[in-house]
Amino acid sequence: MLSRNEILQTIEMIDQQHLDIRTVTMGISLLDCAHPDAKESCRRIYDKITRLAEKLVATGEDIEREFGIPIVNKRISVTPISLVAGSSDAESYVCFAETLDAAAKTCGVNFIGGFSALVQKGFTVGDRRLIASIPEALAATELVCASVNVGSTRAGIDMDAVRLMGETIKKTAALTADRHGFGCAKLVVFANAVEDNPFMAGAFHGVGEPECVINVGVSGPGVVSHALQKCKGEPFDVVAETVKRTAFRITRMGQLVAREASQRLGVPFGIVDLSLAPTPAVGDSVADILEEIGLARVGTHGTTAALALLNDAVKKGGVMASSHVGGLSGAFIPVSEDAGMIRAAAGGTLTLDKLEAMTCVCSVGLDMIAVPGTTSAETVAAIIADEAAIGVVNNKTTAVRIIPVPGMDVGDTVDFGGLLGSAPVMPVHEESSAGFVARGGRIPAPLHSLRN
Amino acid sequence: MKAIVTVIGKDQVGIIARVCQLLAGCGVNILDISQTVMQEYFTMIMLVDTEGCSEPFAELAQRLREEGERGGLDIRMQREDIFNAMHRI
Repeated sequence: MLSRNEILQTIEMIDQQHLDIRTVTMGISLLDCAHPDAKESCRRIYDKITRLAEKLVATGEDIEREFGIPIVNKRISVTPISLVAGSSDAESYVCFAETLDAAAKTCGVNFIGGFSALVQKGFTVGDRRLIASIPEALAATELVCASVNVGSTRAGIDMDAVRLMGETIKKTAALTADRHGFGCAKLVVFANAVEDNPFMAGAFHGVGEPECVINVGVSGPGVVSHALQKCKGEPFDVVAETVKRTAFRITRMGQLVAREASQRLGVPFGIVDLSLAPTPAVGDSVADILEEIGLARVGTHGTTAALALLNDAVKKGGVMASSHVGGLSGAFIPVSEDAGMIRAAAGGTLTLDKLEAMTCVCSVGLDMIAVPGTTSAETVAAIIADEAAIGVVNNKTTAVRIIPVPGMDVGDTVDFGGLLGSAPVMPVHEESSAGFVARGGRIPAPLHSLRN
Repeated sequence: MKAIVTVIGKDQVGIIARVCQLLAGCGVNILDISQTVMQEYFTMIMLVDTEGCSEPFAELAQRLREEGERGGLDIRMQREDIFNAMHRI
């Protein structure tokens, strides 16, 4: 029998603490849409996506109404397009991006991820064309998200790809200069990218996945924050336990919605991603949790340790709550999408160097970071290299989503609007990394990748 | 299928009567009720069975919400699963 308290607690979590399902993402394989004629391939892609995802948004809305839990986003992820378009005669893959954009609009989802390439060990012809198309594709479309994987623990880091991505990010910013380099907010560079991430902009439907799958991401930083307010002064054991139990409840929401969506759509359930994902809304912040743990401002000494505890406790609680946990599953620290992070970055307490340290212990990486428009492609590449090294050596996913904002400098704030929030432009080191980036080649895989 | 109806708001005459009438009118059976009034705040939680409901779930939930808005109350109907999922192993 449910108790009154339990029922009221659930309602309070939803109403006041921003508990919601952040995304229901349908992953769709487009491998069977490859065709030597690019137009035919695009036609197959459009047809398949609109057929399979036809009822995705409506089902999400039905579940929302019946369970009383907000499902904020419905999204689609597809096979990395370089693998699909690579069979075709097209030299530019912008038409594929436009097809994805059109299909996403027809289905009513708010993002479609998978304009991607996996180049951790080198490029295929398709990979090169995809990457070359990214700046124009992201400028020409609204809903398409792109990602490129440049390193893995097994393969090491492809530094040619890293250098190329530094240039690609700069080009993407230039082509969307009228929108503050917004294209870069839809582009992620990964190391150890995962195949079943439901969150944008890095979502793609990996090649090991089935035809079609439902993945869910939950969100409850506000709930965790609230729970910790009752632990003032308590030792870390209590803090960890509290986060764990709260993460269990939050993830259970995701599991329920995932199973329900899977059943109603007739599509297999993939995973629940138990990441703690903030929004710019007040009370929905991961930074607030870290400050609640006892830091006057996120970014000060102790932040890395606090985040390590948080990230680990979220995983431990969430794993029990779901039959299949996957995706990124950790704490998100996107600078523009978290009111507390924005505050700390604007005030100078939270620096790029500290964020890099934090990425060692949580899941996402350097996310939604605005840097001066004058930042060179080599510096961007070197930032990517650092993040890739952290991911590759520690056998975890890391990523960089960085926006060199044309025409802006430290002291300015760029506003992307909506869930993407606003970000203070953060300083980068002036000293050049050009010689380092120019070398190219591959940084070999670390020794501990040999696990057999 | 079982659902939880919650009514939260400032206490007023006739809340229970109005909500029960709405539910009965749609063929929804009330299985359990608990209510408290604490310093003018009224909280009622009902376990109901929507098996015989003459309307689609979402429509009834919407009607209840609108009834609540008319009286300055927060009335919601949610499938029971959400609470079981969160609070039971």
